[in-house]
Amino acid sequence: MIQADLNTILPEILLALYAMLALVGVVYTGKDRLAPLLTWVTAGVLIAVAVWIGLTRGGTGATAFNGLFVDDGFARFAKVAILLAAGVVLAMGQDYMSRKGMLRFEYPILIVLSVVGMMVMVSAGDLMTLYMGLELQSLALYVVASMRRDSLKSSEAGLKYFVLGALSSGLLLFGSSLVYGFSGTTTFSGIVEAVGHGHAPLGLLFGLTFVTAGLAFKISAVPFHMWTPDVYEGAPTPITAFFATAPKMAAMGLFARVLHDAFGGVVSDWQQIIALMSVLSMFLGAVAAIGQNNIKRLMAYSSIAHMGYAMMGLAAGTAFGVQALLIYMAIYVTMNIGTFAFIMSLERDGQPVVDIRSLHMYSSREPGKALAVLLLMFSLAGVPPMVGFFGKFYVLRAAYEAGLVWLAVLGVVASVIGAFYYLRIVYYMYFGDEGEALDKNRSPVLWVALMVPAAAMLIGVVNLFGIEGIAQAAAATLVQ
Amino acid sequence: MIGLEHYLTLATALFVIGIFGLFLNRKNVIILLMSIELMLLSVNINLVAFSSFMDDMVGQVFTLLVLTVAAAEAAIGLAILVSFFRNRGTIAVEDVNVMKG
Repeated sequence: MIQADLNTILPEILLALYAMLALVGVVYTGKDRLAPLLTWVTAGVLIAVAVWIGLTRGGTGATAFNGLFVDDGFARFAKVAILLAAGVVLAMGQDYMSRKGMLRFEYPILIVLSVVGMMVMVSAGDLMTLYMGLELQSLALYVVASMRRDSLKSSEAGLKYFVLGALSSGLLLFGSSLVYGFSGTTTFSGIVEAVGHGHAPLGLLFGLTFVTAGLAFKISAVPFHMWTPDVYEGAPTPITAFFATAPKMAAMGLFARVLHDAFGGVVSDWQQIIALMSVLSMFLGAVAAIGQNNIKRLMAYSSIAHMGYAMMGLAAGTAFGVQALLIYMAIYVTMNIGTFAFIMSLERDGQPVVDIRSLHMYSSREPGKALAVLLLMFSLAGVPPMVGFFGKFYVLRAAYEAGLVWLAVLGVVASVIGAFYYLRIVYYMYFGDEGEALDKNRSPVLWVALMVPAAAMLIGVVNLFGIEGIAQAAAATLVQ
Repeated sequence: MIGLEHYLTLATALFVIGIFGLFLNRKNVIILLMSIELMLLSVNINLVAFSSFMDDMVGQVFTLLVLTVAAAEAAIGLAILVSFFRNRGTIAVEDVNVMKG
């Protein structure tokens, strides 16, 4: 029995052991001298675990520890995406952080610990597992956000993230305690029985609302988005790139799991809340980004808008909706990796540049990279025939088929408004005035991390790399 | 006789005080940390009350986990606060404003 349980969470155990061994090993040997090596090894380990989970750990779902931990197709899909994103972002940021002198050996270790937290989150089968996974992820991320100890902006970002993150954990926990009290159990399978079908009892509804509010903080959905622009701006760029990818995927996976596994019987009770947050996120993300010249703040509002679209798939409350959500998140993560690789390569005299107006006539100096960014921006905006359009198409179709026609229409309107600021970046690159040139960045890792997602945005239109079928199988394990 | 509803009322009152402490306080970041702690502890009262009245141990196990995590959270919060104080020279809430949010 215990053997089977341990086998189910073997990837998490191995990663946690790796983090602790690496910590002790590096402290006793080279400390920060070994940080670049450790970063590369960690990136390799994360990607290897992703391949391992993706290729060999198939089969139908298994639960471990009396339902505390669930390992099904949905969890595996989310885990592979999280691990790949974390590994690539680590590899991408190593050079940048080394040159700025802020690559400490704690950085890759904290990333691994937060990844373990994320893996536990998407596999949670119980309110306690949910809370422990979420906190392991969050506590590591608070520290990572304030990684640059000598920078005021970085420590302020960490402080803001910590206070608001702790508030959201408190809300989530208060909701969990109510759910526990009114259903008599903390396991999702027990809660779904207590909730029943049709409409949930009032006490459980209160609990559900608090849990939803807590989770909405983590995916930065409006009206719980206030921390996002400041944290994105204040944290060092490689860390911002991490915030924009893996944690979003994990929180979205956790959100889908709670709503479908624990409250799957009362879709109509949460559908309206999710749909409303989705609309608000899409519009706020589209409108507030228009005035931004700081590309990191702009990407923060962009991620708020994208979370709105992903929540559209959640609001549908169907298996197809979850499939659309997974496809959307996978595409979103890929686009963000490419875009942040580009942002990391922007420098003038060795100093990072974040003002989009400094991109004037970028295309005449670096035509290849400008073209790649053009593809990514078109894809982020959802212009056909880029892959980003298909992501939006899936969530819109899910909302439409679930009878939320108004939501789908508003989504299209918001995406047209949002296209403005993506195209503004393209405009500056191709048509702006001649200005002071940016440094030529020759980092091969960043070049690959920019070009591969950009090419994927174009080549993926053929069959979305087969992700559609995988996402369908994953969604089927979550929604019965 | 003190019933379940008394405990729930107390816990809810403490939770709301914690939330108000987070939003109304303009003076000191330490008070934010205290408010967060108050919120987490009020949840513990809720869990223990439910656990005791339902005769179910799970709630108390949950409480132990929450207590442990709350301690870790306070430690990390204070560490970040020290790093902020070194850069800014103050811990007044209204001075956490380098970035407009």
